[in-house]
Amino acid sequence: MREINVKEIISAVKDLCINANYYLGEDVLSKIKKMREVEESDTAKDVLSILLKNYELAAQEKMPSCQDTGIAVVFIELGQEVHIVGGDFVEAINEGVRQGYKDGFLRKSMVDDPIIERKNTGDNTPAIIYTDIVQGDKLKITIAPKGGGSENMSEVKMMKAADGIEGVIDFVVDRVTRSGGNPCPPIIVGVGLGGNFEQSALLAKKSLLRNLDEPNPNKKWAELEDLLLKKINKIGIGPQGFGGRTTALAVLVLSKPCHIASMPVAVNIQCHAARHKTIIL
Amino acid sequence: MPKTVHLTTPLKSEDIIDLHIGDQVYISGTIYTARDAAHKRLVKLIEDGEEMPFDLKGQIIYYVGPAPAPTGKPIGSAGPTTSYRMDPYSPILLENGLKAMIGKGPRSTEVIESMIKNKAIYLAAIGGAAVVMATSIKEAEIIAYEDLGAEAIRKLRVEDLPCIVANDVNGNDIYQEGVAKYKRD
Repeated sequence: MREINVKEIISAVKDLCINANYYLGEDVLSKIKKMREVEESDTAKDVLSILLKNYELAAQEKMPSCQDTGIAVVFIELGQEVHIVGGDFVEAINEGVRQGYKDGFLRKSMVDDPIIERKNTGDNTPAIIYTDIVQGDKLKITIAPKGGGSENMSEVKMMKAADGIEGVIDFVVDRVTRSGGNPCPPIIVGVGLGGNFEQSALLAKKSLLRNLDEPNPNKKWAELEDLLLKKINKIGIGPQGFGGRTTALAVLVLSKPCHIASMPVAVNIQCHAARHKTIIL
Repeated sequence: MPKTVHLTTPLKSEDIIDLHIGDQVYISGTIYTARDAAHKRLVKLIEDGEEMPFDLKGQIIYYVGPAPAPTGKPIGSAGPTTSYRMDPYSPILLENGLKAMIGKGPRSTEVIESMIKNKAIYLAAIGGAAVVMATSIKEAEIIAYEDLGAEAIRKLRVEDLPCIVANDVNGNDIYQEGVAKYKRD
């Protein structure tokens, strides 16, 4: 057994929250630059240039690139040979979030009761935590701060097998069309295929963690991603919804087996601030 | 051809009547922030006939919940939030003198009709360009609803805050026209 103290986890989570919000991944930045070269609309080109300038300023000034620094979505891969010592694992993650959002001057966006009181919890906790137990003696922590504007445009649909791949394509394209300028395009479209109701949504979210320079390892889904991206970029929404070619930077698909009666499909919309950072302890 | 216009608050009808969707507007002067929770309270004040925390006449509301101010800066990152969540509240504010709103994303038919009726405009800021926007904000002060945290009403002094006209006083809509222009089969 390898021991990991919660103090290490608190410190790692704190740094990940801050870094994810200050520094956007190079893969996303280079995608925005590439799309700017082929964009037809002058207004759209200007918008993409402002976004690139904003990401540069954020890194330089050490400020969050967007004021919506998100709720802290945390993905854990815990090696089964690891023994967590020194305190409570979940509380350690929340303490890291608390410290990161305070010391990094990040906005606190969690309310306690979602319907009636909607009182801000004041420290951006609780984090939303998913834990997978894996082989080995390492602890992998990924933080993906997720803003509300794009999350609100996401949807799960329980489709019929008879709807086929055409049905899936129509649903994804329609979901993006209905989102229009709301989720801060250019967006990244996460698509979860299969599993059940809740697993499809989690697949869609997890798909957003892939580096945009890496192709989908499954050829079938790589082709679906290409087809969906072409269709989405013909809708005309463009950056910020002002019209243009650059509606989406990428479509990312993840799939799992499902029930003989089901065909769950989830779309998780991600704004251009596609933030996620990982550390392995 | 889109124009570039510099505006200073408070706005008069003649300042905005010739603006057209796509025009670039730089705002200077005092503006106020409000999001969903603050809108709900403002509308309740109007309905109850109580005093407002600021005079709406000729004013601009910016839909923003800024990040906390880092040491030595007046405000943290401060880009726009999605505007449709304010749609249920906007017509009554426009009826009471509000001249412009700054946010991101399209507005409802009801809000667009109210803008035509009340000679008001909707300005889009670039969603996610929160540091760029923050550099135009020179002073920030909470004037109401401090309990709402990021959602409190702030009085901002801005210099050349960059926006694009998204709905003009004639009911034109950049979101509809833009998409129609670039849609391909």
